[in-house]
Amino acid sequence: MDARERIVRRVAKELKDGDIVNLGIGMPTKVANYIEEDVEVIFQSENGYIGMGGAPEAGKEDPDLVNAGGMHVTVKKGAAFFDSAMSFAIIRGGHVDATVLGALQVDQEGNLANWMIPGKMVPGMGGAMDLVVGAKRVIVAMEHTAKGSPKILKQCKLPLTAEKEVDLIVTEMAVFEVTEQGLILKERAKEVTLEEIKEATEADFIVAEPLEIMNP
Amino acid sequence: MEKIIDMEQAISYVEDGMTIMIGGFLGNGSPDQLIEGLLEKGVKDLTLICNDTGFPDRGIGKLVVNKQVKKVMTSHIGTNPESGKQMHSGEMDVRLIPQGTLVEQIRSAGAGLGGFLTPTGIGTVVAEGKEVVEIDGKDYLLELPLKADLALIRGSKVDTKGNIWYRNSTRNFNPIMAMAADRVIVEAEEVVEIGEIDPNNVATPHIFVDHIVRGTL
Repeated sequence: MDARERIVRRVAKELKDGDIVNLGIGMPTKVANYIEEDVEVIFQSENGYIGMGGAPEAGKEDPDLVNAGGMHVTVKKGAAFFDSAMSFAIIRGGHVDATVLGALQVDQEGNLANWMIPGKMVPGMGGAMDLVVGAKRVIVAMEHTAKGSPKILKQCKLPLTAEKEVDLIVTEMAVFEVTEQGLILKERAKEVTLEEIKEATEADFIVAEPLEIMNP
Repeated sequence: MEKIIDMEQAISYVEDGMTIMIGGFLGNGSPDQLIEGLLEKGVKDLTLICNDTGFPDRGIGKLVVNKQVKKVMTSHIGTNPESGKQMHSGEMDVRLIPQGTLVEQIRSAGAGLGGFLTPTGIGTVVAEGKEVVEIDGKDYLLELPLKADLALIRGSKVDTKGNIWYRNSTRNFNPIMAMAADRVIVEAEEVVEIGEIDPNNVATPHIFVDHIVRGTL
């Protein structure tokens, strides 16, 4: 199992039956493929609907239906369309149970940076700032390091997306919960040692007892 | 009042230096034919208000590539490398705004509000220079309304009176922008007779629409 698959499989377990969920672009989108069969999750798409389904069969794309990444998708029975003001009322108003996003950096206080690298890459925040502030639960899904350098820091160095909003960090190496006391390492991947996690993480963290194994 | 006009007439309302709202989300639900009209006319120094700057070869993005845009107020430019290039070179002034704030600023203008308080952007660069208001112990940013000279929007079905029905995800910013500009032109994928859209299904009431053009794109 590659790193990304391990991450999205673990994130999928966080989603509960009946949850309204917004998945970010890229790796987070793949979480939808790993949700258990008896769990029904309602996906919200920031461009204006709930009840998003998977990709259509080739040749059956609907030109009037895309997801927040501009890709063709389908909707499930019972879906509902609305305008962008309603969509962000849903997002900001606390009606989304969980959002899953990637990150450039995240820190031990739950600060998140995922929308720009000054002078280099400035795509814009899109709906991310609203989502992170408004969703009841913010789950960061990302690779543990960027080419070996830690992404889980004592303090984010890049411009923030939001302050102290992250609840859970899932990487291919570990699962951390963000608490008032700081980060708690809850799980480690089977073949990864605590020492290796410490080496790849700049942030301070408390180790949970017992330390569980990820995706057992 | 006859609202159906041709493309030439529609484009005659667009002038250099105007502030224009354009509906759509990554090109989905955007008035592509009206955008083509803007390209042909070559109007310049435009200030655009739009969710994103689309793609270099599609929709709003073409206006950026054609260097007709002086300033853009948008939530995302990442799918159009030309926007980033012009931002870095200083050719185009790019104001990045959280999507939920952008749409609510437009809604505020249309709804007669003097602004609104949002938690989005607190503790980030978005908060720079903005008033912070504390309500029940929580900080909010004061965001102000955003209006335009002209809104160019797209409807899936538009009746001859100007009532609009939007199909699937093409609704997005369109009905909000319809409320917030001095002049509103809707590009209709299909023009229908009055009564063909059930009044219960009208998403933009006709009073917001000044002109209708038939879309062929």
